[in-house]
Order: sequence, then structure tokens, then C-alpha cells
Amino acid sequence: MDEEKKPEGQSAPEAKQPKGESPAQSVEGASAEVVPASEPKPTEAVPAAPAPEKPAEPAAASPSPATEKPTVEKSAADKPAATDKPAAAEQPAAAAKPAPEAKPAAKKPPPKKVPTVMEVEPWEGPLVDSLKARFGDEIMEFSTYRGQDFLVADLPVAIPILEFLKLEEDFDYLVDVTAVDYPKNEKRFEVIWILYSFAKNLRIRVKATAGEGEKPGTAANIHKTADWLEREVFDMYGIEFEGHPNMTRILLPDEWQGYPLRKDYSIVQQDEDWVRENLQIESGQ
Amino acid sequence: MATQSTFLDTNELVLNMGPQHPSTHGVLRVILRLDGEKVLGTECVIGYLHRGVEKIAENRTYQQFAPYVDRMDYVAAVSNGLGYCMAVEALGGVEIPERAQCVRVILTELNRIASHLLWLGTHALDIGAMTPVFYCFREREEVLKIFEKYCGARLTTHSFRIGGLQYETYDTFEKDCHTFCDWFEKKVDEYEELLTTNRIWVGRTKGVGILNAEACKAYGVTGPVLRAAGVEWDLRKAQPYCGYEKYDFDIPTCQNGDTYDRYIVRMQEFRQSVRIIRQAVDSLPEGPIKGKVSKVYKPPIGEAYVSIEAPKGELGYYVVSDGSTQPYRLRVRPPSLVNLQALDEMCRGALVADVVAIIGTIDIVLGEVDR
Repeated sequence: MDEEKKPEGQSAPEAKQPKGESPAQSVEGASAEVVPASEPKPTEAVPAAPAPEKPAEPAAASPSPATEKPTVEKSAADKPAATDKPAAAEQPAAAAKPAPEAKPAAKKPPPKKVPTVMEVEPWEGPLVDSLKARFGDEIMEFSTYRGQDFLVADLPVAIPILEFLKLEEDFDYLVDVTAVDYPKNEKRFEVIWILYSFAKNLRIRVKATAGEGEKPGTAANIHKTADWLEREVFDMYGIEFEGHPNMTRILLPDEWQGYPLRKDYSIVQQDEDWVRENLQIESGQ
Repeated sequence: MATQSTFLDTNELVLNMGPQHPSTHGVLRVILRLDGEKVLGTECVIGYLHRGVEKIAENRTYQQFAPYVDRMDYVAAVSNGLGYCMAVEALGGVEIPERAQCVRVILTELNRIASHLLWLGTHALDIGAMTPVFYCFREREEVLKIFEKYCGARLTTHSFRIGGLQYETYDTFEKDCHTFCDWFEKKVDEYEELLTTNRIWVGRTKGVGILNAEACKAYGVTGPVLRAAGVEWDLRKAQPYCGYEKYDFDIPTCQNGDTYDRYIVRMQEFRQSVRIIRQAVDSLPEGPIKGKVSKVYKPPIGEAYVSIEAPKGELGYYVVSDGSTQPYRLRVRPPSLVNLQALDEMCRGALVADVVAIIGTIDIVLGEVDR
């Protein structure tokens, strides 16, 4: 399966690139926020299906994703170049701080063999159409990966999307709220809401990127379960949710300094002052 | 609160329960606001068992991290292992051989029985029924013996590997499972005889800690708690995995969503698990037990969310791969944490003695709440 995929995966971006170049540059300022955060996910080729047709379809069908796609490709094209050369310099910034020695070593050798971006397929269907009709350009991407659908939206519309999905499309169960940290991106955090619809037996993900200090709205008024889940995201990443009734730490002690799941927080790091003061020991390690 | 003060006024009393309390099932601290015997509100303080599992995951290879997941919900370690392996396999597109899938189902269902047994014993003990806990631990022991014979471990089994299984089943595995099922079914009857129509049990559980279907969905509560509220939803049926679609079983539900109904649902789940185990053991196919997975496992860049029906509810793993041997991000969606959040709603207006029953009925494991 991998062997089949590779040739297509590589030829497709090249084919698309010329078309992508100019919009990419022109909208760069606007959509740059999306691009960096999408480090592992940029839209590329189609795994097993005919490669040339698929990418063309969404571009033609919907103007808004079309402007977005090229920029994504651009990042995809950039990445191999970046990842190839300054191995030592680039990687620590890119991957985890905690174990930079292990990761780059494992990551570097096969950049040609393994796809360098997430090989997503476009996600289509009535749900996508109704979301497009309602939110238009504010949703930048509708994709499917491994049979799982997700969309990428602007941070401010994330909560309206959740509300719309709940009220109009029966997505009445917020499964999870979480985040991922990509420190080298301009907007380092990706916030993810996982939704499920009992009526449709469908599960989708809503994603948005947030920069340092940017505050996504709270979903606690729509789904009560968001209360603790958002507190955990705040606890681990320091992302504050605007309007949350009780934005405090949930797992760590209230006075703890630092946000452990950020990539620049080492695995052996701790709030030494807190440990000394409260546990009366020199180190918790 | 501008209440008129009269000599009848009682002050609101704040009572601290836990973190060292036998009925909180671990280190859970609940701050209760009481008006006499009535609970006005609760606040949970959690995190005492936080070990930073998600951070550890980012610093281990996929295989190295597998044993850690057993330490989250340690009474249902097999389910945790299954969810984790399935998420990582989905990420890499690994195919699992039929035989491995089947053994996975058997072990997971055995584990569901063990988990529910522990719940039943401790829950009954909390409410004041002393006998069931001894019976439950006796039966649970038999499940653990099967685990021990299979992989050498009793609780944190690490029984699955990415791609399938590490060990072939032992010689009398099928026979042991059948013997256990036959014997255990009668034991479930015994528990029911002890409790289902017991006046004290019914009195302590009926109408206590009601959570209706609406509230369940709002709080994201899943598992037996949701089914007791009348929602016929089980991931094994809704989105079958591991070949669950091949087995014939029902989703037990009740209507009232109270502590008694949750008890009934879990008792029925014992019987359904037995049904599944019997079918799986009888249909256990021959063949390899591990799919093709390279020793240096590097899923392509991408992400996947995979969830299973753990004994306590929907257990999900959201894994992001950057193409290296270690997860870039691994998020666990723990059913215990999410279900525990509904405690406040369930406790409001209840009597203080019922808080113990309600904590028990949610069936939490603090290792999973805090991770």
C-alpha cells in the first residue's frame, strides 16, 4: 500500500504547485495563520484513488478551500527542503524539546520514502455543504484522514460551529476537547473539539489554531462537559477559554508554574519552588 | 443569598470528604456544601494521582508506551491496552489477524466482567452490604487467573501488542473460558438474589442520583450510566471494532437513570459479556496472532481518534504522529473523568449519605481520572 501511495503523493504536489503559487503568495498574510499550525496535516494527494482528478475537484467546486489549499501545498513543499538540510538546527525547534536527540535521528533519514505531510482526502457530503453554506470562508478545510472527518476553522467561529452542529445537525455529544502544541508555528496551538452525533452515528473533529495568549471561546454553555475538559487544556497548555465559569487548574496544584504539555516543557521539568515548599523535598524526581 | 435570618436558620456547612476516604475509591476529594442532611452542591478536587501520562507518551516509542496505559484504569487494563493499540494501528493502517481480534474480544470481555465485579463489590460495600464484596473478589480471582495463565500478569496485563498479540493462547484457554462462563452465570444469579430485590438495597439505590438522558448527553457521560438513562448506545454496536459485529448480544438499558438502574444495567452486562465470550471462544479461528508490523514502528504523519466501549464508558485515544517512532501527541479521553463531572448534578438535593452511593455508581477509577 505504501509503495502505491508514494509516487502519487510526490507527483501530485508538484503538479498542483504552479497553480498554487500565486494565490499562496497573495493570501499569505491572511492564511499564514492556518498554514504553520497544519504541520502534520496539509492537504496533499489522494492515497489510492486516481490522483489527478481528486485534487482538482475541490479546487474547482469551492473557491474558499481553493485559496487555502495552495498555501498548504506551499508549506508542504517547504517542509522537505527545510527538513532535509539543517537537520540539527531545525529539528530541535520543530519537534519535542524533551528528547530532541532521539526524534530528529529517527525522523531524518526517510524523508523521501515517507510522505512528509498528512495525506488527507477531501471530505464531502451534505454536512459539509450545510456548513459551507452557513460559514463560508471561515472554515478553511474539510478533510478526511483514515476515514475520520475533520474541519479546520478560524478560531473565533469554532464555538458558533459547535453551536450550529449541535442545534442544526444533532451533534449533541462533545466527546473531547484537547490541544496540540507546535511551537515553531506562528500560532503554536491547535485546539481540537471532537463531536459525536447519536442520531447520525457520526464523529467529526473541529480544529482551530490559536496563538500564544489567544483565547478561544468556551463551549461550556453549549456542552456542559466542556467545563472540565477545557480546564484540563488550560492546565496543560495555558490556553484560556474566554467566558469559562472557572478557568483554573484541574489536575495540577493551583499555584503550579508552567504548562507541562507544551513542547518546551521538559519531561524532567517541574515547579521546583512548589515542590520544595509543599513537599519539603529537594526534587520530585 | 439574602435569606431572612430567623432562629430556625441553619448555617451552610462545608464538609470535606477525602482525599483519604474509603468510599471515594481512591484519592478523590469532594467538597460538600450541606444544609443539614441535604447536599447543596459538590466540588471535586482531583489530580492527586496525576502522573503526566500524556507527557510520558511523547517521550516513549509507541511500543514503549503500551504498558503505561494499563496503569490508567488499572481494573480494566485490557480495555486500555485495546484502545491504545487500536488507535496506533489505525494511525499506521495495520491489519490485525482474525485470531488476534477474537482473542482480544475474549480478554476484553473477561476484563469487563472483572471490572464490573470490582465495582459491584465495592459499591455494595459502600452502601452497607458486606457480603457481595467477598463473592465478587472470589469470582474476579478466576478471571485474573486466566489472565495470569495467558500472559503472566494479573492486573496490568499488557496483553496486546501493536499489530496483534504477543502470546499465543495457552493449551486449556478455551476450556478455562467455558468453565468460567458456566460457573460465573450462576454466580450472577446469586448476586441478583442477594441484591436485586433486597429491600435495603432497593431503598438505598432507587431514585438516588438520577441523571436523565438529556443530562447524560450534556455532560458527555457514557457507558452504563448512559444506558441506564434509556439511551441504547454502545460503541460495540454503534461503531463495531475488533469484529464485535459478528457476535450476537444485546445492549441492556433501563429508563430511570438512577443508581438502581445502573446496577441492573451492569448486572445485565455480565450476562452479555458471558454470551460474547462463549461465541468468541467457539469461533476462535486458527491463524497468525500478529500482523505485519516493523519493530521500529513509524506511522506516517497524521492523526487518528479511536475509541472503544470500556467498562466505564467511551475510552478514546487521539494520537498525532509526526512520522517518528514516538507519538507527537497522545491524548486519552478517559470515561472516568468525564463521568465524574456529572457528580455535582447527581448529588444536588440528595442526602449526604447518598453521596457515597452516587460516587460508587458512577464507577470511577482515580488512576484514569488523573492520569
